Amino acid sequence: MNALLTQHGKALAWSLRRLAAAPANTLLSLLAIGIALALPAGGLMLLDNALQFARNAGSAGATPQLSLFMALDADRKAAADIAARLKNHAGIKETRFVPRDEPLRRMQADAGLAEVIAALPGNPFPDAFVVTPSDNSPAAMEQLRDEFRRWPKVEHVQLDSAWVRRLDAMLRLARSGVALLTGLLGLGLVAITFTTIRLQILTQRAEIEVSRLLGATDSFVRRPFYYFGALQGFAGGAIAWLIVLGITTLLQGPVADLAALYNTNIVLQSLAVSESLLLLALAGGLGWLGAALSLGQHLHRQA
Amino acid sequence: MIRFEHVTRRYPPGMEALADVSFSMKPGELALIGGHSGAGKSTLLKLIAAIEKPTSGTVLVNGQNVGALKRAAIPYLRRNLGLVFQDQKLMFDRNAFENVMLPLSIAGFPPREAAKRVRAALDKVGLLEREKALPIALSGGEQQRLAIARAVVCRPAILLADEPTAHLDPDTARDVAEIFRDFHQVGVTLLIATYDDALFAEFASQRLTLNHGRLLA
Repeated sequence: MNALLTQHGKALAWSLRRLAAAPANTLLSLLAIGIALALPAGGLMLLDNALQFARNAGSAGATPQLSLFMALDADRKAAADIAARLKNHAGIKETRFVPRDEPLRRMQADAGLAEVIAALPGNPFPDAFVVTPSDNSPAAMEQLRDEFRRWPKVEHVQLDSAWVRRLDAMLRLARSGVALLTGLLGLGLVAITFTTIRLQILTQRAEIEVSRLLGATDSFVRRPFYYFGALQGFAGGAIAWLIVLGITTLLQGPVADLAALYNTNIVLQSLAVSESLLLLALAGGLGWLGAALSLGQHLHRQA
Repeated sequence: MIRFEHVTRRYPPGMEALADVSFSMKPGELALIGGHSGAGKSTLLKLIAAIEKPTSGTVLVNGQNVGALKRAAIPYLRRNLGLVFQDQKLMFDRNAFENVMLPLSIAGFPPREAAKRVRAALDKVGLLEREKALPIALSGGEQQRLAIARAVVCRPAILLADEPTAHLDPDTARDVAEIFRDFHQVGVTLLIATYDDALFAEFASQRLTLNHGRLLA
């Protein structure tokens, strides 16, 4: 166990030495990886912020709502019953009651419509509630709608979420774009590691051969290269993180100006801690993968 | 300890480096392999260390059929052998101490004990004062002694040496031969491929002569 730890320590030290041995090469590789990863990471950052911005802009203007219409034969008591249910519902932020006389009065006030209304035998409008849910995701709103429908004397529930759907679709598209970008550039990272590891194997050919002749196992020979790939990926990920941080800082001013035009106040956020950790883990993991592929390719048939 | 049974090693296209070679060595024995250049001396040694596999026949080391070893088992065979290569195969970017340390790192020795063993091995070949020197700064004889130190640092029961005294002047060659004699005296089994029979003749118990891959009786 101890011996294995020592060997891992040595492999790690070796890979650090190799990275430090050619600083210009290392720096360029790290920059290539960093920039490749900064694109999806930056996209993710912008997406997060767009989402935040949309939420904020939404609360200032058009908040998604549900309209709940009572049956025409529902009396005051039924309406009061629904009002109480809405009030006690956990998923609702705000409710506004629209008594059936209100639209009627509004229409009577309109000169053009007054005649039409007067011709009707009774009041065609039901009592209604305008409901603002606390969670305005489409899924949550649809769930509320289905729930309201089952309530007594509720005739119709209208989901006023077209724009939520639109926004959601747009964000989904953007998210797919970011995912696609992540996939492509992740592949790029694997390719970069593949080539650098190949070069390392070539320069270490003599050492690998001698080690094998002296009884080195495959894992002993491969271990330092795995560390090399993972370390290089990890460091590239760190550079990507710094790039995103830099972009965030640079864009802070323009974004604040834009937000002011929408009467909101928004502070551009860099990557969250969980996203940052994911970025670093992904970068290290892909570096490791690139090393594994390269080793499989270039150390395959050696004595 | 080492046993060859009708061993043939053929290289494409049909060139026989070794043909029907049979011999055996007892533990602690010192055997010499002689013969012209290209007679198959190096091939014979490579077969013992599983660097090459016999085309036919059986190579047994400590009762183990070396030619049939799985790839994953070969490293453990080699750890029990000391190898001195014709071209030495020293690491030129590492100093003498680090070169001798390599087999111990590979075998996973604890660093402190390993350092003691490295110094003991360097002392044995008279290079203790040069432990910080890079191989390039060492003379031919010193490089050869360094290669021997690396081969014996794991204290193998079997030591294989391929032309250990080639390219050395007579005095230096004698020094090297004496180091081998010391190992012989402590019970190490030695198999040495050499042109220079006279150097080892007094303590060799067996002399194998190869001619175009065939063992002369």
